[in-house]
Amino acid sequence: MIEIRDLRVRRGERTVLEVGHLQIAKNEVLAIVGPNGAGKSTLLLALARLLRRDGGDILFNGMSVAGESDLVFRRRIALVLQDPLLFDTSVFDNIAIGLRFRGLHKSDIQPRVNVWLESLGSAQLKNRRASELSGGEGQRVSLARALVLEPELLLLDEPFGALDPPTRNRLLDDLKRILPESRTTTIFITHNLTEARQLAGRMAIIIAGRVRQTGLVTEIINAPADEDVRSFLAAENGGY
Amino acid sequence: MLFDPEIWQITLLSLEVAGLSTLISLVIGLPLGTWLALGKFPGRSIFMSVVNTGMGLPPVVVGLFVALMLWRSGPLGDLQLIYTPAAIVIAQVIISFPVVTGLTAASLQILDPRLRLQLLGLGASTTQMVLMLWREARLPLLAALMAAFGAVISEVGASMMVGGNIRGQTRVLTTAIVLETSKGNFNSAIALGVLLLAITFLVNWALTVIQQRGAKR
Repeated sequence: MIEIRDLRVRRGERTVLEVGHLQIAKNEVLAIVGPNGAGKSTLLLALARLLRRDGGDILFNGMSVAGESDLVFRRRIALVLQDPLLFDTSVFDNIAIGLRFRGLHKSDIQPRVNVWLESLGSAQLKNRRASELSGGEGQRVSLARALVLEPELLLLDEPFGALDPPTRNRLLDDLKRILPESRTTTIFITHNLTEARQLAGRMAIIIAGRVRQTGLVTEIINAPADEDVRSFLAAENGGY
Repeated sequence: MLFDPEIWQITLLSLEVAGLSTLISLVIGLPLGTWLALGKFPGRSIFMSVVNTGMGLPPVVVGLFVALMLWRSGPLGDLQLIYTPAAIVIAQVIISFPVVTGLTAASLQILDPRLRLQLLGLGASTTQMVLMLWREARLPLLAALMAAFGAVISEVGASMMVGGNIRGQTRVLTTAIVLETSKGNFNSAIALGVLLLAITFLVNWALTVIQQRGAKR
């Protein structure tokens, strides 16, 4: 289980993110949903310690990670951003990069990369140069690059945001299968309720840097906690 | 003329001095440029402006400054470096390290800033992140290397002032060309000029081959 406690991020005098308590069960996929500028990506970057935090703690199985160095902590997680941000090398080398950072031996890297290439239907791309891939292929490689690390927490920041609908749906279907199979605890950022409903069991609605409601996706849709949540859901229902 | 051992000694010294200066500039300029590109600290833009100004330093001014420092009565006179190849190297490093620094900073700043987040988010240490960023920017970084080498192999003012153009000791191709021209030996000056151009071309050709091998197809 992963717990986030009193996480705060300030910009100047303004508090842009304040999360009192948020809990993610082991192997769970939690969607963080909210309008643009609500602080979703800020939350994700703060969780990955890629942003200065002004307080708060994260607990993995009840143990605080506050004493861990950023590097040690970051090697327990993996991050996927909206754009694949692949490196100018082969697909194989892109997927292997995080394992190489961790000093794994070549003989350990190869089978792990191959498993995830297969799992994400990208085996035929193995020797292709990353710059030659389409957006959808690139995002599959980006996901494989994170999943191959077998992270204790996978952070996905709108990974389907830059994809066309058919490509997005295929990738969503694959992730729906892969995440439970691999038992990967995941925080999935999106502004799209359809994606949240498909991929996550629970979701947290974040508005203006505060978590307004947490619960099962259907529960929240049927009973919004306040007017802001209701308005957001109504605005998003066009895509629902 | 090509069979004259003195010409080969001059050519070799030119390559040694320019090569060493470029290498030292790389050792100083690459980390400094990286720090300027990735770091956040007060006065960064002023520092950048100073480096960018340094990219256009006139070699004679550098020569004058280094000569004043290394002159027997100067603050570093005890080192007895004036009119030695080491003095030329010092002057050439001052000319070329801002070139490497400025172009390194520019090369890294054109990369997507999210690349750093992605690398760290995949568990890269700071060193691993920087090495990966250098790899991603290898084409402009090789261009920086070529620019630095080009700046030092072709400069004459600083080499003349701090090296003294001493036969068999500090005479390099550019200072030899100046000497031959001043003596009215235009044929020798032209031959040395062609040799200098050929060397510059060969070095840049080798670097370009390396650069283009890594170019995106």
